[in-house]
Amino acid sequence: MSIALPSGTTRSRRGRSLREGLRRVAEAAVTPLELGDVLDVFHPLRRGADLRARIVEVRPETHQSATVLLQPGRDWAGHVPGQYVRVGVDVDGVRLWRTYSLTHGPRADRRISITVKAIPGGVVSNYLVRRARPGQMIQLHQSEGEFVLPQPIPAKLLLVTGGSGITPVIGMLRNLFSRAERPQTDIVLLHSALSRAEVIFGSELRQYDAAGWLRLVELHTDTHGLLDVADLDRLVPDLAERTAYACGPAGLLDALQEHFDARGLTLATERFRAQLVEAGDGGTVTFAGGTPLEADGATPILDVAENAGVLMPSGCRMGICMGCVLPLKEGAVRDLRNGALTTAVPGETGPGGVPIQTCISAAAGPCVIDH
Amino acid sequence: MTAITKKPVNPTAHLTPEDIEQIGIELDAIRQDILDERGASDAAYIHRVVDVQRRLELASRAVLLFSSLPPAWIVGTIGLSVAKILENMEIGHNVMHGQWDWMRDPKIHSTTWEWDNASTADGWKHSHNEIHHNFTNIVGKDNDLGYGIMRVDEDQRWHPAYLAQPLWNFINACFFEYGIAAYDLELGRNLRLPKERRSDEFKRNLKNTLKKIRKQATKDYVVHPALSIPTGSFLPTLAANFTANLVRNIWSHSVIMCGHFPEGVETFEKKAIPANETRGEWYLRQMLGSANISGSKAMHIMTGNLSHQIEHHLFPDLPSNRYAEIAPRVQALFEKYDLNYHTAPLPQQVYSAWHRVVRLSLPNGWLATTTVKNLPEQAKLLWAMSTKGPKVRRAAQARLEQQARRQAAAAAA
Ligand SMILES: Cc1cc2nc3c(=O)[nH]c(=O)nc-3n(C[C@H](O)[C@H](O)[C@H](O)COP(=O)(O)OP(=O)(O)OC[C@H]3O[C@@H](n4cnc5c(N)ncnc54)[C@H](O)[C@@H]3O)c2cc1C
Ligand code: FES
Repeated sequence: MSIALPSGTTRSRRGRSLREGLRRVAEAAVTPLELGDVLDVFHPLRRGADLRARIVEVRPETHQSATVLLQPGRDWAGHVPGQYVRVGVDVDGVRLWRTYSLTHGPRADRRISITVKAIPGGVVSNYLVRRARPGQMIQLHQSEGEFVLPQPIPAKLLLVTGGSGITPVIGMLRNLFSRAERPQTDIVLLHSALSRAEVIFGSELRQYDAAGWLRLVELHTDTHGLLDVADLDRLVPDLAERTAYACGPAGLLDALQEHFDARGLTLATERFRAQLVEAGDGGTVTFAGGTPLEADGATPILDVAENAGVLMPSGCRMGICMGCVLPLKEGAVRDLRNGALTTAVPGETGPGGVPIQTCISAAAGPCVIDH
Repeated sequence: MTAITKKPVNPTAHLTPEDIEQIGIELDAIRQDILDERGASDAAYIHRVVDVQRRLELASRAVLLFSSLPPAWIVGTIGLSVAKILENMEIGHNVMHGQWDWMRDPKIHSTTWEWDNASTADGWKHSHNEIHHNFTNIVGKDNDLGYGIMRVDEDQRWHPAYLAQPLWNFINACFFEYGIAAYDLELGRNLRLPKERRSDEFKRNLKNTLKKIRKQATKDYVVHPALSIPTGSFLPTLAANFTANLVRNIWSHSVIMCGHFPEGVETFEKKAIPANETRGEWYLRQMLGSANISGSKAMHIMTGNLSHQIEHHLFPDLPSNRYAEIAPRVQALFEKYDLNYHTAPLPQQVYSAWHRVVRLSLPNGWLATTTVKNLPEQAKLLWAMSTKGPKVRRAAQARLEQQARRQAAAAAA
């Protein structure tokens, strides 16, 4: 069959160049729009479109939280449970980007879900929990994140979660338990929440516990007080044998990290926000050719710019993904997590400037950013 | 119009500096109110307009595939004309002003938008947003609409070449998009320079503009006509696209003329603008340098809400759908400070603007002193002024002006 091969490739090559030709004609017919802009009018979730999702359902979980079921566009590349997704939500007409953990394993219907807890004064979380409606479109990026279970699944797991920190973990659990053959993993889930009623996925977790699929230790702040890591050895005597994961408020994660470090154990953590230090004095931010924007010492340059209507690259908004990096040409910025100063002096710091993460950097004097 | 500072009665003479600053404060308050309210309904508005425009354009172009049938030609051409007008006026112009940047939607943003026009978005944003909106109606600085090629002010010395300006203005209207592209490039000034002295920036802009024009022309005059060949509609589609561009050009030219050209709109002297013009003074200049068009909601949308030219010049970056709402407040402010809020229906403003173009194409005072009876004499005078050199011209000019003054004084008495 060696003769058929070349003719086959020519045909497919011809097919490809025909398609390419048609595409060029279509593009010439819609200029100055891009072909995608026109197709978006009819099919925003098609293959090749910017990644978006349609809200299919908003299901309340507790008084403060809801699960948003999404139908992503055809180019959604899937995810590993425990990962998160960046979503762009139009709140009062303004597109705001936030990050949410995926709360299902991959599903047969290709849908994905996030579970959001409304925090007091939180713009996007309150919108998603209380105002989002089926049919609305949101913007999406592909899944990201390292907070995933290793393969093969370890024999013994410890999962420590606080409040909405349950979200990446429920994704892992649902995925494990939906398999045809449930892995024989010994799982302890230590979950801390304000009260019994505030436990997101409470009844589902209790069912898993009743079925013997995991051991659930619930701690409710209103009756038990805050989780004290000193109790950890008592609650989980075989701590050292377990592969440990934790997600929750910064205070909890810091205490856990210290506890594990002291014992030479490793702990995988997922943080929902960066830990910040005291703010500096602020300054101004100028983008190539623009007018200087006033920037206080506590507000990330990313927020300053977006509030002024500048389109900025961004990602996790907490300093981990590097999706927001831009070159600082001149001036100084302060890292909001540790107070470190980064300076750029024209002529001294190279023509390309110094790359900075705008999401965790605040102006420390007048800054010029190339964008 | 004579620059405001050279007029016998300056229409702002009754305002104290404190008044002017107070006007600024009150206008800032109006602006802030809209900024505070701006939200989901505004976003929904522009999304709807963009959606309607795209569907209308696609549908019209689809109908034009059969444009050898006269009804299809008519329907398709009307639809395409409206779509092109919407695209340039209510969408393109306003998006490129940054009116929708606050939505942070990269698809509807001043830095990413490219419009259906011969001029490039970048070139237009420079000449329109930076120059025209900053230096509105300052003679010699604001290039908008033919300062430079046309005589738009009594203070510009008359020359016989200006006799042709009504014709130039008409040609400019028909090919307005190319006119805009040319003045975005400052083509006249640059072509007068020897080749080697033209800046790299100009060469780059010229290249981009030619590329844009080629793509635009390929779309309207090659690709779509070619797609219509199967129904034998190559030429009808080509003609339809040309017509739609023509309609769009004349329409946008008319709207823009109405914005700054009708009789009664003030112009300003370069040297009379203080170097550190205050916010109040800047606002005042915008208030007097613009004119509105009154009419229906559909008319406002088709003009891209430039029918609210005064509001647009005061607040160029507020979303256009809000101008109608703030117009009564702005008008009340004009009344409070005894200023002329210049507004009239479209035909009247177009007539007034054209009247000014014609009047200024003639020597100062000529039109005012001409009656049916003395027409032959006046024509002879004009002929002499046009052909007999500067000396004759100056003398005749002085006489004409004296005559016009006397006539005006007699009318007043
Ligand atoms: C990797 C990752 C995964 C995440 N997964 C989830 C998830 O599954 N479910 C979920 O509900 N959230 C999750 N978050 C947090 C989420 O991205 C938002 O930060 C949160 O919803 C608040 O956004 P907002 O617009 O409502 O608040 P904003 O309007 O941005 O903030 C309002 C106020 O709350 C404070 N604040 C901001 N973020 C938090 C926070 N996380 N906790 C407490 N206070 C805060 C701000 O400092 C501000 O004072 C995740 C974050 C990261 C980085
Ligand atoms: S947005 Fe992720 S590092 Fe800044």
